[in-house]
Amino acid sequence: MTNKINLRNIKDKLKIGLTGSAVLLILAILAIILGTVIIGGYKSISWEFLTQAPADGMTKGGIFPAIFGMVFSLMLMLIAVVPVGVATAVYLHEYARPGFILTKLIRGAVNNLAGVPSIVFGLFGLGFFIQFIGGGLDHSLGQTGLFGQPCILWASLTLALMNLPMIIVATEEALRAIPQAERAGALALGATKWQSIRHVVLPQAIPGILTGVVLVISRGAGEVAPIMFTGAAYYLPYLPKLPTDQFMTLGYHIFVMTTQSPDIDATVPIAMGATLVLLALTFSLNIIAIIIRSRTRSQLRKGR
Amino acid sequence: MSLKKRRFKYLGESLIEGNIKITATFAIVVVFLIFLFIMRESLPIFFNSEVQQEITFGQFFNGIAWQPVSDNPRFSLWPIILGSLKVTLIALFLAVPVAISAALYSSEFAGRRLKEFIKPAVELLAGIPSVVLGFFALIVMASFLKNIFGWEIRLNAVNAGIALGFAVIPSIYSLAEDAINAVPRSFREAALGLGASPWQTALKVVLPAALPGVSAAVLFGMGRAVGETMVVLMAAGNAPLFSFNPLNSTRTMTATIAAELGEVVFGSGHYHALFFIGLVLFLVTFAINMTSWVLFDGLMSKLYGAKK
Repeated sequence: MTNKINLRNIKDKLKIGLTGSAVLLILAILAIILGTVIIGGYKSISWEFLTQAPADGMTKGGIFPAIFGMVFSLMLMLIAVVPVGVATAVYLHEYARPGFILTKLIRGAVNNLAGVPSIVFGLFGLGFFIQFIGGGLDHSLGQTGLFGQPCILWASLTLALMNLPMIIVATEEALRAIPQAERAGALALGATKWQSIRHVVLPQAIPGILTGVVLVISRGAGEVAPIMFTGAAYYLPYLPKLPTDQFMTLGYHIFVMTTQSPDIDATVPIAMGATLVLLALTFSLNIIAIIIRSRTRSQLRKGR
Repeated sequence: MSLKKRRFKYLGESLIEGNIKITATFAIVVVFLIFLFIMRESLPIFFNSEVQQEITFGQFFNGIAWQPVSDNPRFSLWPIILGSLKVTLIALFLAVPVAISAALYSSEFAGRRLKEFIKPAVELLAGIPSVVLGFFALIVMASFLKNIFGWEIRLNAVNAGIALGFAVIPSIYSLAEDAINAVPRSFREAALGLGASPWQTALKVVLPAALPGVSAAVLFGMGRAVGETMVVLMAAGNAPLFSFNPLNSTRTMTATIAAELGEVVFGSGHYHALFFIGLVLFLVTFAINMTSWVLFDGLMSKLYGAKK
């Protein structure tokens, strides 16, 4: 009998080890991708690489315009997505009645928005922002080709719509973590509902909202499909100045360099360098988000 | 506080609440608008006689060729539907066992320290932009696999499917782990008390109890895989062939839109055909996500009922 149990133990351990090897595989995938990009890309990285424009049909030079355009579009995206996302989360968690039909509809819509394929957002940006809104604006202003064409503004708004669910979910999680007693305390001291939200609830939710913001920046930086037709350009000899200009951006630049290059051997090292920059950016943003989150969680545990 | 002042305060209060409420309905408006505008741009295929000289709805299911820019254009959806199906199945074939085993391991067997390490690692994998995965699969992995397996065609459905699998592992993992974690402790205690080993408990009690949630996770991953664009655009070879062979070059629905919308003539039959593909994608992912959501919600309310 003990032999049997021992054998069972060993067999069980083996099976558990097998599921554990799935974890190892995930770590290995992460390490291989990271390792390849670092080894292939670190030689390209230099101060000149980060501050110069591409040259000679992207076979020489740097990636500065792509970084500049990426920062420009991400800032516009944040201006659009953060207020709307936070307000939606505040409504869902602080004002809405749980079983209410509107609440259910909003939740369903947020869930579905998160599942819409990124390329469909690109189609929507083209059909709605550029042709309907932009074309309509141009028409009513009596001009052509100012708003009714791909540009940073429309690309950023498309990205904003795509990332709306992420901000909402992060903010709601932060709101959920704030003890009900804090709200009750504020109300008992005579604060109105909005005053308690504005001065008691939201300040405590800031780390959570920040996590969402950081994640949205990271995802927005890497998204290509939604901006391909709404604003991103293959190559521009100048930096964009206005939101109505087209722009270059890092993710799209990587795609263009690896799939449209006339001399792929010359562009691959540059593309590797650009990929390393993008990956370093998204990784550090994700790590920042993870750290903020674990800090707030341990603070919460202490507070209770 | 005077009555006047107080009245003013409550007016402000309801104004703010009203504003927040209106903003919150924005998500509904957006989903509705997306559907409306994709629909609007695909409808001419059904109703506009000028467009119908180029393409009709019937052509989508007639024949097996997608050749929109040839002299005699053909618009059959079969090759690109097959392409999406092939790549998605390959991705799930890789991602489902890995993600679910990892979820089972981290919630049932891993110590607290290890657990706090696995989750961020999966989040980092989720944080890799799809264009980077596509780049990796196109430049590095394709040549590597070709050399090992002696493939004739470097960029094919298997290559793209594997990279796509990397992209959906985190989605499946996180939902599956939530589902497994939601199984009440009493289930495990009962099984262990009856003499089951930890492995038997995990496999025969916990996993079956979490099964609706785990299926929801698989569906969720499937929705992601069908909708993913950059990986398949870069790594699958981009040829809309009607072929069941996974080692042939392939084009998915998403990649077709991404590859062709840039060059299409505005308002042409081809243009509306691409929006129609977008409509199909929207509806398919909508249905998959809804099913996943209903399954997951059902499981959660059942398990939380059991906890009481």
